[in-house]
Amino acid sequence: MRTVLRIFLISLLFLAGCEGAWNDPYGETGRRGMTLYSSFTERPKHLDPVQSYTEDEARFTQQIYEPLLQYHYLKRPYELIPLTTLEVPKAREIEGGKTTVYDIRIRPGVMYQPHPAFVSGNHSLERSRVEKLKSPYDLPLGTRELVADDYIYQIKRLAHPHLLSPIGGHMSNYIVGLADFSKKIRSFDKGDWLDLRQIPLEGVERIDSHSFRIKVRGSYPQFVYWLAMPFFAPVPWEAEKFFAQPGMAEKNFTLDWWPVGTGAYMLTENNPNSRMVLERNPNYRGEPYPSEGEAGDGESGLLADAGKTMPFIDRVVFSREKEAIPYWNKFLQGYYDSSGIGSDQFDQAVRMSIEGDVGVTPEMEERGIRLSTSVATSIGYVAFNWDDPVVGGPSERTRKLRQALSIAFDVEEQINIFGNGRGIAAQGPVAPGIFGYREGREGINPVVYDWIDGKPQRKSIEAARRLLAEAGYPNGRDARTGQPLVLYLDTVTRGPGDKAAFDWYRRQFEKLAIQLEIRATDWNRFQEKIRKGATQLFRLGWNADYPDPENFLFLLYGPQGRAKSQGENASNYVNAEYDALFERMKNMSNSPERQKIIDRMVEIARRDAPWIWGTHPKEYSLRHAWLSNDKPNNMARNNIKYLKVDGKKRAELRAQWNKPVLWPIGLIVLALALSAFPAVLSYRKRERMAARPAA
Amino acid sequence: MLAYIVRRVLYAIPILVGVNLITFLLFFIVNTPDDMARMQLGTKRVTPDAIEKWKTDHGYDQPLLWNAKEKSLTKTIFFEKSVRLFVFDFGAAEDGRDIANEIATRMWPSLALAIPVFLVGLAVNITFAMLMAFFRASYLDFWGVVLCVAMMSISALFYIIGGQYVASKVWHLVPISGYDAGLGAVKFLVLPALIGVVAGIGSGGRWYRTLFLEEMSRDYVRTARAKGLAESAVLFRHVLKNAMIPILTGAVVVIPLLFMGSLLSESFFGIPGLGSYTIDAIQAQDFAVVRSMVFIGSLLYIAGLLLTDLSYTLVDPRIKLE
Repeated sequence: MRTVLRIFLISLLFLAGCEGAWNDPYGETGRRGMTLYSSFTERPKHLDPVQSYTEDEARFTQQIYEPLLQYHYLKRPYELIPLTTLEVPKAREIEGGKTTVYDIRIRPGVMYQPHPAFVSGNHSLERSRVEKLKSPYDLPLGTRELVADDYIYQIKRLAHPHLLSPIGGHMSNYIVGLADFSKKIRSFDKGDWLDLRQIPLEGVERIDSHSFRIKVRGSYPQFVYWLAMPFFAPVPWEAEKFFAQPGMAEKNFTLDWWPVGTGAYMLTENNPNSRMVLERNPNYRGEPYPSEGEAGDGESGLLADAGKTMPFIDRVVFSREKEAIPYWNKFLQGYYDSSGIGSDQFDQAVRMSIEGDVGVTPEMEERGIRLSTSVATSIGYVAFNWDDPVVGGPSERTRKLRQALSIAFDVEEQINIFGNGRGIAAQGPVAPGIFGYREGREGINPVVYDWIDGKPQRKSIEAARRLLAEAGYPNGRDARTGQPLVLYLDTVTRGPGDKAAFDWYRRQFEKLAIQLEIRATDWNRFQEKIRKGATQLFRLGWNADYPDPENFLFLLYGPQGRAKSQGENASNYVNAEYDALFERMKNMSNSPERQKIIDRMVEIARRDAPWIWGTHPKEYSLRHAWLSNDKPNNMARNNIKYLKVDGKKRAELRAQWNKPVLWPIGLIVLALALSAFPAVLSYRKRERMAARPAA
Repeated sequence: MLAYIVRRVLYAIPILVGVNLITFLLFFIVNTPDDMARMQLGTKRVTPDAIEKWKTDHGYDQPLLWNAKEKSLTKTIFFEKSVRLFVFDFGAAEDGRDIANEIATRMWPSLALAIPVFLVGLAVNITFAMLMAFFRASYLDFWGVVLCVAMMSISALFYIIGGQYVASKVWHLVPISGYDAGLGAVKFLVLPALIGVVAGIGSGGRWYRTLFLEEMSRDYVRTARAKGLAESAVLFRHVLKNAMIPILTGAVVVIPLLFMGSLLSESFFGIPGLGSYTIDAIQAQDFAVVRSMVFIGSLLYIAGLLLTDLSYTLVDPRIKLE
C-alpha cells in the first residue's frame, strides 16, 4: 500500500509541476492560436472521399476536401451555393432530353494543402526511407493549383475496381459511360497504381484547365446535390501515385488515411485510436463568412462576423471518447466546446416548461452553456411488409388493419417516454425543412389525426377499433376463424435495455387486443430478413442524403422494392399511381406543380399506410459560451470553418472550474496512517509474548 | 530442459490450429462474408455487385472450409486467412490498415497501463495478504477479510466510474480520460492504474492470504518458531519463499497476456491499447483483426504457461523438467 501511495504522491508532484489545471487532458496551455476541442466515438473507416459515406467520417473529410458545391451555412430551406465553382451549374438538356449536361467552371487560384505528393522527388522513394517515416509530412512538401482534371480523376475513381465506392453503382446508372469505364479499367488493372488519366471516360469531358462537362443520362435534377458531397471532391493523381509506393501501405500511409485536399483544414495528426488533429491549411484561399441568413440569425449573433474571412479556428483537436460518462464530464469541465445530450444526461442538462418550451437547467445556465435544437432531416418508422399476406397488399382488409395500427401506435407517447420529447411525430414520409413538407392543418395525416383547437389530435382508440372490425378483426380476432390476431415485429436489439421499449410496443398493439411478438435480432440477421422479405413489421429509419423530397419519396417507390431489386424501398410498397407520380415529380424543379404532385403522393401513402409514420428526431446540442457562430445544419458538415472560439474566456473558465481539491489526499494519508496504528500495537504485543497460547 | 521446451512448442502448433478453427467457426456462424461486406460498405445504396466486388477484393469469395468445386482444402477462406498467421503475417484489417503496424503501436499504451497495475498490484496484494496472515485470527484479520469480500463484490465498472467521478470530476486531480505519448501519458495512467490495483486487492488479498495460511500450518514454520525466530522473520524469510510456487503460477502466466490490454479500462479511460482494438474489431465485424488478436492471445497464453513451468525450476530446486 505504501508503494502505491508513493507512486501516487510522485504522480501528484508530477502533475503539480504541469501548467494549467491538473485534469487538463490536452496540456496545451500557452499554445497560440484558436483551437477547437471536439470528440469522436467511432474511428473513421475511410477518409478517401470516394469511399467515405458516414457522418463520423464526414466531420473530417468535409473540412479537408472541397466538393464543387456546398450548402449555405445559415439559410433555410437548404440552399446550394458554389464552393470551388464560379456558379452552381445549370442542367442543360441535349439530344432531345436523352442526356443532361452540366458545364462546370472552377474558381482559379484554389491551391492544395502542402503535401509531399506534390514534390516529384517524393514519387520514387526507397522502401528503407519510407520505413523510417513517422508521418508523410516528414518529407519535403509542395502544392499546386486545383484544376478540372482533379475532379475528372475523382469521378473516374468512382468506378475503380478496388476502391469500391458506395455510390459507384448508383452513378453508373447516370453518368454516361461510367459503367463501361468500370469494365474497361479492369483490363488495365495490374494491381499497382492505375493511372486513370490515361483512360478516357465518355461522360466527363475536359473543356479547359478550369472547366469540364459532365453528361448525365436522361434527366436527374438531384444530380446537383451529389456535387456537394465528398464523392465529387478533387483528388490529385500525384497523391495516388505517391501513396502507391512500396512500403507506404505497411505504414498505414494511404490516401484513405492521409487526405489531400484544398479545404480550410489539413489532417496533421492521424491516430484514429486516440486523436485526430486538423490544422489550418496555409494555402487556403479564405472565404467570406455569410452575410445573410434566415430570420432571427442576426438577433442571435450569427451574422456578427458577416464578410470576415474564414476560417477563424487554427486547429481542431478531435479526441476519441468511446464512453458517454467521461465525454459528458469533460464537456462540463470545459474540455469539449460543444456536446450532444445523451438520455442519461438529459435531465441534468435540459428543463422543459409547462408550455413545452425547452431550455437549459440552472446548472448549465450558471456555466453559460447554451442549447440549440433542430429537427433532423431523417425519419424513423415502423414498416409493414407489403408482400406479407396479413398486413401487406392493397386490399381493403389489410389497409384498414394498417390504418388501425397507425392510430393505436401512439408516437407522441413514444417520443416523450423514450426520446425525452426530442422529436416530432411524422405525418408522412417527407421530413421538415424539405420542399414538399407541409406544416399546420394542411400537413396533418387525416388517417391518424384530427385538427382540434389548432393542433393535431390523434384519433381515438375507438376509431382504430372500428377500422380493425371493418378489416375483419373485431376485438382483435379474425372474424373468419375466430383466432386471435398475432403479428410479428422484427427489430435490432442492443441488449436488455430494449425490454422497456419492446413492452411499450406490445402495449400499443394490446390496445386493439392484438398480440405482438417481437423478434429481436442482430443487425446482420435483421437486414437479411428485410432483403429476403421475410418480415411482417419492422423498425427502420432513413437519413437524407440531400434536401430534396425525392430522397424521401423514393423510399416508397415500387421499382426500388428491397426484396425484388435490393433497392431502398424496404417495405416493398407498390402503388401504380404513386409510382407514376414519382416518375414525374423526381425530374421537376421545386414549383407549385411539384408541390401538388407531392401532396397527392403523400395522400396516397397516408391512405395506404405502408408505414406507421414514426418520428423526425429533434437534435439537441449544447455549446459553451466561448463558442460562437454554431448553427445546426443537417446537410453541411463543413461547419468548422464558420466557428469561432474565445480562447481567453475558455482558459479562464477552465481554470476556475477545475481547481484541484487537495485536502482529500491528506485525509486519505491520515486515514491510512491511523488504520496502521492498531496493527502496530498488535504487532508489538505479539512480539512481546513469551509463548504462543496453546491451540 | 531444451527437449521439454521443444516438445511444448510443438504441442502449441495443434492448439493454435484448433483455436484458429474455433474462432473461425464461431465468427462465421454469426457473420457471413456478405455481412462483413455490408458492414464495411454501409447499408445505403449498396448494390449486390459492390458486395461481390468487396468479397473478391478481400478474399472472401471462396468457400469457408471446403472447396467442393476444386476439391481442395487450401482454396478456402479458412486456409488462406489462417496459414499466414503462423508466419506472423497478419495482413490488413478490413478497413485497410496494417494490423502488424496497429499492434506494434497499440501494444505500448496497453503495457504502460498493465505493467504498473500488475507489479504494484502484486506487491500490494502480497503485502496485504501477509499482514492478514500475520494477524490471523485477530480482529484485524477478520476485518481485512471482510474488506476483501466487500471489494471483490463490487463490479470493476463501479471502481472505474466511481474513481473517475471522485478523482477527476470532484477533486480535479487527473484527466477523466485520454492518452498522450511519452511522459505525458503519466497523468492519464495514474487513475486507471490506481483503480486497477484497488479493484484487484479483494480477490488478490484473499487468494494470497489462503496461500500464506496454508504454508504457515507446515512443520517447518513450527520448527522456525520453536527456534525462537520472530514472527516477521518466519513470514518473510520462510513462508514467503515457500509460497512462491503458487504465486508464480498465478503471476507468470499473466505476464505475456499483459500485452493484450484491458478491455474495460482502455475503453473507459480512452487508452488506445490492444484491448480496445479487439473490442472495436468485434463490433466492426473485422474478422482479420479478431483472428489476429485471438491468435496472439493464444500464443501468449501458451508462452505464459511455458514460462510458469520454467519458473518452477528456479524457485524450487526439487522440480526438474524432463
